[in-house]
Amino acid sequence: MTVQEALFRYALRLGDNSLVLGHRNSEWCGHGPVLEEDIAQANIALDLIGQARNYLTYAGEVEDKGRSEDALAYLRGEREYLNVHLVELPKGDYARTIVRSFLFDAFHLPLQQALATGKDERLKGIAEKAVKEVTYHLRHSSEWLVRFGDGTDESHRRAQEALDDLWRYTGELFTPDEAEEVLAQAGIAPKLDTIRMEWSATVDRVLKEATLTRPADGWMASGGKKGVHTEHLGPMLAEMQTLQRSYPGVEW
Amino acid sequence: MSSKNEQDWPLWEIFIQSKRGLDHKHVGSLHAADAQMAVENARDVYTRRNEGNSIWAVRATDIHASRPEDQGAFFDPADDKVYRHPTFYPMPEGVKYI
Repeated sequence: MTVQEALFRYALRLGDNSLVLGHRNSEWCGHGPVLEEDIAQANIALDLIGQARNYLTYAGEVEDKGRSEDALAYLRGEREYLNVHLVELPKGDYARTIVRSFLFDAFHLPLQQALATGKDERLKGIAEKAVKEVTYHLRHSSEWLVRFGDGTDESHRRAQEALDDLWRYTGELFTPDEAEEVLAQAGIAPKLDTIRMEWSATVDRVLKEATLTRPADGWMASGGKKGVHTEHLGPMLAEMQTLQRSYPGVEW
Repeated sequence: MSSKNEQDWPLWEIFIQSKRGLDHKHVGSLHAADAQMAVENARDVYTRRNEGNSIWAVRATDIHASRPEDQGAFFDPADDKVYRHPTFYPMPEGVKYI
């Protein structure tokens, strides 16, 4: 795999992770547990979708076949999406949404920080902006996780259940595929085991404060990075893409 | 967004400073469990469109207001004392911002 090919897949992956999680978070819009949190979640979703636009635009340029951000977002099928499983799972209750966001944010922040010092100017530029957003995302999800974990018996139980359930989707974040290995070699993307160390430290610190128990590492799901997804991504994309699929080329 | 939440979470008044050096202005209110959550909710609710760079959150119950029925005693006496306004001297030309 050439650096160019790897860069295309990698930019797609970064875009897909943000786009799919952004879409999942946007499902809370109008359904949030309280008005203020509804708005916060919609803000975060918009940050993520903004990042996705930057990454997908870049992916289209790297590919050089004339595909725009919209073509990549709305006209790729499930098997062409390269996001990790963690971000595509249903939003569940609010504890589950917060646990999922936290597990992703704790990975996303050191990743973006590393990209901001990488050798690819475009990824660097996108990451410099994203770091500020993701810093806030992690702060938001960490604080809610502490409130749930160290809250009532009910909130603690729900947070711990979500954590136990979602843990098996965290391994994929740190298992590099060929594109990530090629780019790590080229100094463009960070090595995922260094990101894992930072993630792990954040997870331990926040879980301790939240009085939650870190699950043991067991079997880990994988496949998202090569386009093999859970049953949940297809229906989500069907909803997300329905307008462009029904009325190709339609514009606002 | 039930009434139970309103009982559980106190109301906070939010003040935003739009630029350094200017006053914090009251922009509205929101519910939050504690001060930290109030500031973060204010960030999301009131500063999404570049409205400011500093947030104050004050428990609504900590604000003491004058009462409408005091209006006469409090404010009317100022009406007929125009000499309290600094308007009885000529303004030199070229003075700005007054």
